[in-house]
Amino acid sequence: MTERVAPSTDPSELPEPDVAIEWLRTMMLIRRFEERAGEMYAKAKVGGFLHLAIGEEATIVGSTRALRDQDYLISTYRSHGHALARGSDPDRVMAELFGRVDGLCRGRGGSMHMFDLEKRFMGGYGIVGGNLPLAAGFALASDYLGLDEATLCQFGDGASNQGTFGETMNLAALWSLPVVFMITNNQFGMGTALERHSAVTDLLRKGEGFGVPGMRCDGMDIADTYKVTTEALKIAREERQPVLVEAVTYRFRGHSMADPEEYRTKEQVDEWRKRDPLAVFGDQLVQAGILGEDERETMDRETVERIDQAVAFADASPHPSPNDLYDDIYVLGDQVRGWYSVDERTPTPHRGEDEHGMDRADLPQSAEHAEASGGDDGGGAAAPTPTDDAQRDED
Amino acid sequence: MRYREALNAALREEMERDPDVLLMGEDIGVFNGAFKVTAGLLDEFGERRVRDTPISENTIVGMGVGAAMTGLRPVVELMTINFSLLAMDQIVNHAASIRYMFGGQVKVPLVVRMPQGAGHQLGPTHSHSWEALYLHVPGLLVAVPTTAADAKGLLKSAIRDDNPVVFIEHEYLYGQRGEVPDDEDFTVRFGEAAIRREGSDVTIVGISRMALTAARAAKTLSEEHGIESEIIDPRTLRPLDLDTILTSVRKTNRLVIVEEGWPHGGVGANLAALVQEQAFDDLDAPIQRVTGADVPMPYSKPLEQIAFPHEPQVIDAVVATFKDRP
Ligand SMILES: Cc1ncc(C[n+]2csc(CCOP(=O)(O)OP(=O)(O)O)c2C)c(N)n1
Ligand SMILES: [Mg+2]
Repeated sequence: MTERVAPSTDPSELPEPDVAIEWLRTMMLIRRFEERAGEMYAKAKVGGFLHLAIGEEATIVGSTRALRDQDYLISTYRSHGHALARGSDPDRVMAELFGRVDGLCRGRGGSMHMFDLEKRFMGGYGIVGGNLPLAAGFALASDYLGLDEATLCQFGDGASNQGTFGETMNLAALWSLPVVFMITNNQFGMGTALERHSAVTDLLRKGEGFGVPGMRCDGMDIADTYKVTTEALKIAREERQPVLVEAVTYRFRGHSMADPEEYRTKEQVDEWRKRDPLAVFGDQLVQAGILGEDERETMDRETVERIDQAVAFADASPHPSPNDLYDDIYVLGDQVRGWYSVDERTPTPHRGEDEHGMDRADLPQSAEHAEASGGDDGGGAAAPTPTDDAQRDED
Repeated sequence: MRYREALNAALREEMERDPDVLLMGEDIGVFNGAFKVTAGLLDEFGERRVRDTPISENTIVGMGVGAAMTGLRPVVELMTINFSLLAMDQIVNHAASIRYMFGGQVKVPLVVRMPQGAGHQLGPTHSHSWEALYLHVPGLLVAVPTTAADAKGLLKSAIRDDNPVVFIEHEYLYGQRGEVPDDEDFTVRFGEAAIRREGSDVTIVGISRMALTAARAAKTLSEEHGIESEIIDPRTLRPLDLDTILTSVRKTNRLVIVEEGWPHGGVGANLAALVQEQAFDDLDAPIQRVTGADVPMPYSKPLEQIAFPHEPQVIDAVVATFKDRP
């Protein structure tokens, strides 16, 4: 088995000092956040699956920094870093991992399903390959509405084998949509090495047959990733030509927290660790005199303190109330006046309401609820929570 | 007006009314649609709004989801409900879940249209009736229009609603005629069943085409058995107008549910559970279900014909509710 190691490129040209420092700070934020998330998982503060992006920070930050505020970003279940890079509040990202009400998604999504509409971070998705069609859909809406927006869609090397990959490449090219697809090639789909899962290992070529040209960047080099993504986005926007970018990178940790890593050698990991984007880029800045060694340490300390704060925030945030269980399944309105209008199972309260001792008089009685929730004026719902929700949706 | 023309009118009116409505689907444009529902719309609205797509069900539905999340109101046509299984991931894991799993930050105002139904000898990959599959999924709305007027009124409501809607048409019904209001403001609200025939002896709930089969059976039952049936067409399964059904059952004390789909986990199985939970004391006989046969749809004409319900089965089921039991 050949082991693919990204070539050590000459350090790409550094950006302006303040930009370079912001890049480093953001990569550091992601690294320290991920490390702490892992610790919180070990302490059982975080449940479910936890996929860390340690090692992939240059790919994440370099590519997202090529986006403008109005552009859309969409990613996978490995996307705490994408949310942070896009500017989501670390407190709320951590609270989402903790499953709390102040989480980005109010504790509904967890680690795999981050989402921050305000930042145009259009989500992490738990279905491998499921996010590609959505990305093309965002680009379709931008194009249809004549808005100057582009979409950056990130997914893994493993996802490039899904049917949606080919389908979406073809459609995006056919309809000239402003979208850049980025394969975060971290060399593995779970425990299956690239050479063992893809007949074509030059992943940048996988779009060619569908009319999507490919580019490659060194995903361990933030400046190179930034440069190539910027170029790709420019082509997508200006020439209405979708582009596939392969970012060659590596994840230093296991696929998820439950990964004994029997599919790779320690030597391989060590080899890649020499290219640790956080260390390498930090060294570069120090050597270039942009940052003093002491300043780097201060930055690190401040970052750790920021994460301390996020953990404290998450821990203090309450768990969702059982009364929230049925919120936000539907947009409530004239046709769907509450969850009870689509779940007719029983005239008695659903679990949750019952446990919380809600006044039964406030709950719909199946046979009567149609009258209770009223005529054409909508609203008027019997259960308090859905009514509140209807109001919130009126904007 | 025919059912397919009513659907066509709904699409046209909603596209005129709202510039954010666009259509996507295989052969909906130049070919005018596999069942001609979209006939003429490409000429009228152009390629920007009426988009022929490649044969990529999961991706065209997924693009509809993405476009719906970012401001459009896409209507995606799938050639048959069988093909919708290729898009099941986008319909269930994405369209239905996105609002909930992201804590209510976005909505997905998407309509996915698809026809179902047996009777054209298309065999096991083109003939099934799967409203029960979509009824199963929280986050979706499910419409099963029977008449031309409902086809139009419900489709308009579906397009205006902010939730993802699985809109299930019927291949047999496309050619059926019915009165359809011209009024552009005519809509049919989801969650309101229609009582197609009033009667005091038995309630028959018929889904999609089976509402028509039930109505024909009701005529025979009245003429030959002296049994007066009340026929209810739920029109939408999510939300479901259970109250109308319960009110009827409380009057007739008997319930027969007729559907074209499979029996296990079917619409009737679900509805029977709901009714016995809430009106057990009102029932004078066990609830009867008339369903499609528990087989993949065969090609052979005689086999296919006995694989989905016709009037005799409905009549037998109704009569059975009047049998004295030991
Ligand atoms: C449709 C689907 N199949 C399988 C899985 C299980 N799974 C989760 S991540 C993963 C590997 C994906 O690898 P890749 O696309 O390279 O992304 P990476 O995890 O390396 O970031 C698999 C198989 C899934 N979540 N979704
Ligand atoms: Mg991978």
